[in-house]
Amino acid sequence: MDVLRILPQQLVFGLALGTVYGLIALGYTMVYGILFMINFAHGDVFMIGSYLGWGVLAALINAHVGLHPGWVVPLLLLVAMTGSGLLGAGLERFAYRPLYARGATRLGPLISAVGASIFLQNAVMLTQGARMKVYMTNLLFPRTWRVQVAGVNISVLVVVMMGVALLMMLGLHLLVQRTTLGRSIRAVAEDREMAAIMGVNVRRIIAITFFLGSALGGAAGVLVGLYYTQIDFFMGYSAGLKAFTAAVLGGIGNIRGAMLGGLVLGIVESLAVTFVNPAFKDVIAFLILILTLVFRPTGLLGESLPDWEKV
Amino acid sequence: MLRLSDVVTHYGSLRALKGVSLEVHQGEIVCLLGGNASGKSTTMKTILGMVHPSAGRVEFEGERIDHLPTEEVVRRGISLVPEARRIFGRMTVWENLLMGSLVRRGAPAADVAQDLERAYALFPRLRERAQQLGGTLSGGEQQMLAIARALMARPRLLLMDEPSMGLAPALVDQVFDIIQTINGQGTTILVVEQNAAVALGIARRGYVLQNGRIVIHDTAETLLRADHIRRAYLGEN
Repeated sequence: MDVLRILPQQLVFGLALGTVYGLIALGYTMVYGILFMINFAHGDVFMIGSYLGWGVLAALINAHVGLHPGWVVPLLLLVAMTGSGLLGAGLERFAYRPLYARGATRLGPLISAVGASIFLQNAVMLTQGARMKVYMTNLLFPRTWRVQVAGVNISVLVVVMMGVALLMMLGLHLLVQRTTLGRSIRAVAEDREMAAIMGVNVRRIIAITFFLGSALGGAAGVLVGLYYTQIDFFMGYSAGLKAFTAAVLGGIGNIRGAMLGGLVLGIVESLAVTFVNPAFKDVIAFLILILTLVFRPTGLLGESLPDWEKV
Repeated sequence: MLRLSDVVTHYGSLRALKGVSLEVHQGEIVCLLGGNASGKSTTMKTILGMVHPSAGRVEFEGERIDHLPTEEVVRRGISLVPEARRIFGRMTVWENLLMGSLVRRGAPAADVAQDLERAYALFPRLRERAQQLGGTLSGGEQQMLAIARALMARPRLLLMDEPSMGLAPALVDQVFDIIQTINGQGTTILVVEQNAAVALGIARRGYVLQNGRIVIHDTAETLLRADHIRRAYLGEN
């Protein structure tokens, strides 16, 4: 049967898409974990990362240098992650901190984030134009580059995409669980005042958290650009909503939850495309969000729902 | 070592401290007594830079610290065992202890290992539970962890906020024994307590706070013996 023949392909694709959703979701969940705010501009930080990668790739193509993904992909990631990371830390410094540091309600930074989102989208539209940009992925990953994994024929690009996303998740996991910086981040997330009493510079940790989450979003921007090849200034909106769904599904504030939520969402979406109707892809994604909120508001791994009293 | 001079602290328009002066000398255990809302916790918060005084000064080892952020105050050598313990429940016991040594960033790993040993020697139970999450400990164990965590910073001055609160009487005695041991090893201690009888039992001097003012200041012995103080501030009839 036709459906069964393409199912493995679709599952692999769902996994790859899921790791990318997870990568973006990490940015939402890390910021929420530490500041209890939803950074609604995160999708646009992801979009800017995608544009930065596109800019570097376009410049390389214009320079007529020999392109090999072995060094080009790391370069695109580096530029996008640095740019997005700095942008995220800048948003925290100039759009959110002035509000929460003066004791604004939680709605303050949230509205500021919506404003930042609109600002970023329009800034990109005005400077880069409203038409879509094209990632010349074919020059990096020729269509003929495919590998057989367990009987499934997949493109090298999908393997790279998944590999990069998984490596970053692993890196973040090790950073948060095994290093002094990670302990400080967890301490601030759990009890900000007590963390300061332990000598943690709380503002610095918040800025670093924004940087890390935003850098992962920027990396996802490059991966999505390479895969879909077409990007525009509005791409952060739906990707951001999907990743936010993944973060809530996994349990917002929970890092492993964001990764799991991303994977589940990616797989469910690709199954929906296969078995239901591609047009219903988004409907199913948001149906999952609604069902999660109704039946398990803390998410799949939401044991660490923050103590609202302490905020 | 620590000197507060005419410290006034506001919360918005509320004057929580109305000119508090107190002194802690090197090597002492000093006890700060007072009922609810007397300003005990605010005094602690002011020393730690969690709130900044609107008048007066706080000096530690001869330098003003009242304008410094909390993380800078603790780096100067002041640690806190907070009210209600406030250990990091989602970190292991071992990780909690490492958080305590954070202020000594750059200290050789061997020193930190030595401090860990010292903490485990003082509280053998913590060694058994090193890999357990802090949140799974009993109240008494959490109090031990909170004390051990504060000691990991090698403080010269240890602030303790209500260390006996919520503990069974036998554990209270144990905690105060340990406070004496720590003091014997050279750490100066300022302890805030509602359980005045126990606290004065180990302290050299005591201050009594009421409505944001120090109303009595004397040696612990005198305070323990004075009838009117027992009635008014130590909750006896």
